Amino acid sequence: MIIATAPVVIMIVVSILRNYEVVYGFSIFSLLIAFASIFFIVPSVPHSIEPLFIIDIYSIFFLGIIIISALLVTLLSYDYIKQLEGVREEYYIILLISTLGASLLAVANHFILFFLGIETLSISLYIMIAFQRSKGTSIEAGIKYLIIASVSSAFLLFGMALIYTAFGTMQFSAIVSALGNNGQLSALVISGFAMMLVGIGFKLALVPFHMWTPDVYQGAPSPVSAYIATVSKGAVMSVLIRLFFNIRGFENYYLFIIISGIAILSMFIGNLLAIRQQNIKRLLAYSSIANMGYLIIILLTGSSKGIQASVFYLISYFITTLGAFGVVSLLSTARSEAENIEDYKGLFWKRPWIAVVFTLSLLSLAGIPVTAGFIAKFYIIFEGMKAGLMVLVFSMIINSVIGLYYYLRVITTLFSTAGETSLPELSLTGNFTLAVIGVSILILGIYPGWLIDIIVKFITL
Amino acid sequence: MILVYLIVILLTGAFLAWIAGKWNPIWPRIISLAALFIDLIIIISYISQRIQPDNKWLVDIKFEWIPEFGISLHLALDGLSLVLLLLTIFLGIISVIISWKEINSKVGFFHFNLLLILAGITGVFLSLDLFLFYFFWELMLVPMYFMIGIWGHKNRTAASNKFFLYTQASGLLMFISILAFYFIHGHTTGVYTFDYLQLLGTVMPASTSMLIMLGFLAAFLVKLPVVPLHNWLPDAHTEAPTAGSLILAALLLKTGAYGLFRFIIPLFPSASVTFAPIGMLLGVVGILYGAKLAFAQTDFKRLVAYTSVSHMGFVILGVFSFNELAWQGVVMQMIAHGISTGALFILVGQLYERIHTRDLNNMGGLWEKAPVMGAFVLIFSMASLGLPGLGNFIAELLILIGAFKTNILMSCLASLGLIASTIYSLRIVQKVFLGNRNTEWEIIDLNIREKIVAALMVIVIVWLGLFPKPVFDIAKPAILKTLDSQKVDIPPFPVSVNNEVSGKNLFLFSQKQVKN
Repeated sequence: MIIATAPVVIMIVVSILRNYEVVYGFSIFSLLIAFASIFFIVPSVPHSIEPLFIIDIYSIFFLGIIIISALLVTLLSYDYIKQLEGVREEYYIILLISTLGASLLAVANHFILFFLGIETLSISLYIMIAFQRSKGTSIEAGIKYLIIASVSSAFLLFGMALIYTAFGTMQFSAIVSALGNNGQLSALVISGFAMMLVGIGFKLALVPFHMWTPDVYQGAPSPVSAYIATVSKGAVMSVLIRLFFNIRGFENYYLFIIISGIAILSMFIGNLLAIRQQNIKRLLAYSSIANMGYLIIILLTGSSKGIQASVFYLISYFITTLGAFGVVSLLSTARSEAENIEDYKGLFWKRPWIAVVFTLSLLSLAGIPVTAGFIAKFYIIFEGMKAGLMVLVFSMIINSVIGLYYYLRVITTLFSTAGETSLPELSLTGNFTLAVIGVSILILGIYPGWLIDIIVKFITL
Repeated sequence: MILVYLIVILLTGAFLAWIAGKWNPIWPRIISLAALFIDLIIIISYISQRIQPDNKWLVDIKFEWIPEFGISLHLALDGLSLVLLLLTIFLGIISVIISWKEINSKVGFFHFNLLLILAGITGVFLSLDLFLFYFFWELMLVPMYFMIGIWGHKNRTAASNKFFLYTQASGLLMFISILAFYFIHGHTTGVYTFDYLQLLGTVMPASTSMLIMLGFLAAFLVKLPVVPLHNWLPDAHTEAPTAGSLILAALLLKTGAYGLFRFIIPLFPSASVTFAPIGMLLGVVGILYGAKLAFAQTDFKRLVAYTSVSHMGFVILGVFSFNELAWQGVVMQMIAHGISTGALFILVGQLYERIHTRDLNNMGGLWEKAPVMGAFVLIFSMASLGLPGLGNFIAELLILIGAFKTNILMSCLASLGLIASTIYSLRIVQKVFLGNRNTEWEIIDLNIREKIVAALMVIVIVWLGLFPKPVFDIAKPAILKTLDSQKVDIPPFPVSVNNEVSGKNLFLFSQKQVKN
């Protein structure tokens, strides 16, 4: 709830002060308070506010992840946004509003709230993506996202309507009880869920709904790309998991086939298209498509262990992605984005620590030991094999090798002999954030036991 | 605890070396040497210990790591790992010394990678938890990738990518197998664990066992390498800096052989026997094909790389012969090959530093200019062709005798490899040091540092050739243990397996051969 008040307060503050540093500081402050407040809610859960909200440990966990990611994005945005000309303070307001939308998704127990959350999130994202008004690509990306997101919302709404026709309720838990125990879904319900899946698929950038991703990632300011890749996707994923597990979609033959197909396609197409990319942001976009493909394997495991695996994966994926995009945004200036792989030539010899964080992030995306990504991938493969999803697991293995190839290409560039490019000076906060990210990647990779313990203890649905 | 220290010392050394490299390039070298010497002392202190009859391991420690999945930090040392660790640390020291002048750029980061690889290899030789094993298995890849990719020769990028992708792809297959094994064990016993000792003796249907074993084999055979999967090796060896080639040839390949011993045979007692004829065939093909390709090379370093393929053929032939004699030979071959081929790589590197070419056609008649170097190359070429009195001879002879008991045809074919190796080894000496002077090179003979390194390696190889008994003694309990695991429900094997040659006879026998 604190996140909700923060933007309002900031708006007032802005109208009085209009000082970049103050707004920045206040956003961080409010996110920190919001995060701290999470610990105070824990004793009073599960708590549901009928009929819209449900606040259980699961949603609290996601709230925590979302807030932390938003916080890291805020920290990483500082230098980048500061260089923009014109109004800049609104950026943080919009960022907080969209975080509010994401948080709503995490606690949603009703289609209305689900839709509300998604719209809040998307509409503020349009603005954030197109925030650099002087740049053509940025506007293009914004409009692209606007159109695609509207279409996907339409699908989502239609799906909700179909399900409402079938059950006469829009509350998740009521739908579950309406489904009963017979396990058989009628054609109407299945098409309803399929429609919703299309809408969600757009948001998560799953193949075949992925076309917008590379352009938007490329056009948007780098911190915003990071935000889309983490907060936005994580929030939508949290609803998807809750919904899918509630209706026990994995028991339904058609949904099973559809999800498997989407997962396999996302992995292969994401990874294969990433191979030829020369632009690091596009490369990361395709890699995120593939990563979402790995993640939805979990939907089919149908066990609460699977959910635990997905939570771990999301956490590690968030940290990793924030690391990668963080490096990109720190090395970018408002005038020139450091987006060509060539720009990173010899980075290791010029800025060793930044390059180390970048390398760790890429290795983690590739799933190499000592990094968080390895344990996360292991967790998913582990649960996948336990559930007997051999085809999916093998596709994931094949894709890990394909993925490795393009991550290696970037890493090789980092370590090749130095190029001529000049690099911007780095601020203290940026360095600090990257250091935190780098260290967490290592900690999760070497000693993941404690986090797994926490997840296993708390997360059930 | 001491086993953990072995790895921790190397890791700490790695980071210190990296940081210290900022100030003065001499520091990383000294720090690396210091870390390696501490490890060496620790390991030597274990040599005198003997395994108690009731305990199969010299040291055995276990901590929880990720209890949720049954993953533990389980390290243990037995004779086999001890011998290989000794080799690892010894060659580690050698690689620091030979890089003293060769590596001039990014010295700190070089030693960071070097020590990290050695830590990974040490971990591989000590892990008794399959997850931990995989962890270390992958850990040694990344720094090796950097080593080839940053300090290598002209085509380094392609070579390092190829190396990484080959090993990573096969490693993932092994990973799937490990997980499958884990679940099968869990389903049958209710205990979900990655612990090697508990996984031993898991009962499963023959076809499943075969599939899972193939996953493990993929990783080990790529690393070894066995012929259809050897494609990464010549490139990686040729493009790597000298220390990189040394570690690749002498240590990384051995992790594959070690894996066969430690994991394939005990975990899959019957499936491995079923696979044995194919394994032996792969070995023979490797021996002959590697030798043939070695003969055809014009690049000196590539030639040496192909001899590795040939020599590793003996290892897999021996492993799948299933008797003590052959296995003692395999252990010996791992060490002897590590020393002899490693030394050849070092000498090739030193030659390259002087004349900046590796093309055999440009060399010739170098003996007059550099007699000491020529003599060393001659010695190690002789070792490589299996001259009695040097370590490789004992190894290959034992493997051939062992294989002969199991499969006469394969053994006979494999012994043709000895002839082939004679041809290519003599060709090295002929092309480089004798014969016509194709180009007039200004060449300085080996300096003191290089002489010491080469002399050390000569001492070791001669010692292995004349007094192999200590190695056999240390490795024997481990081998007998592996052989024991084999006795569990063996299906009738096509050709009789003879385990009766006792250790004592074996040594008398081998030493007699040497004296002859």
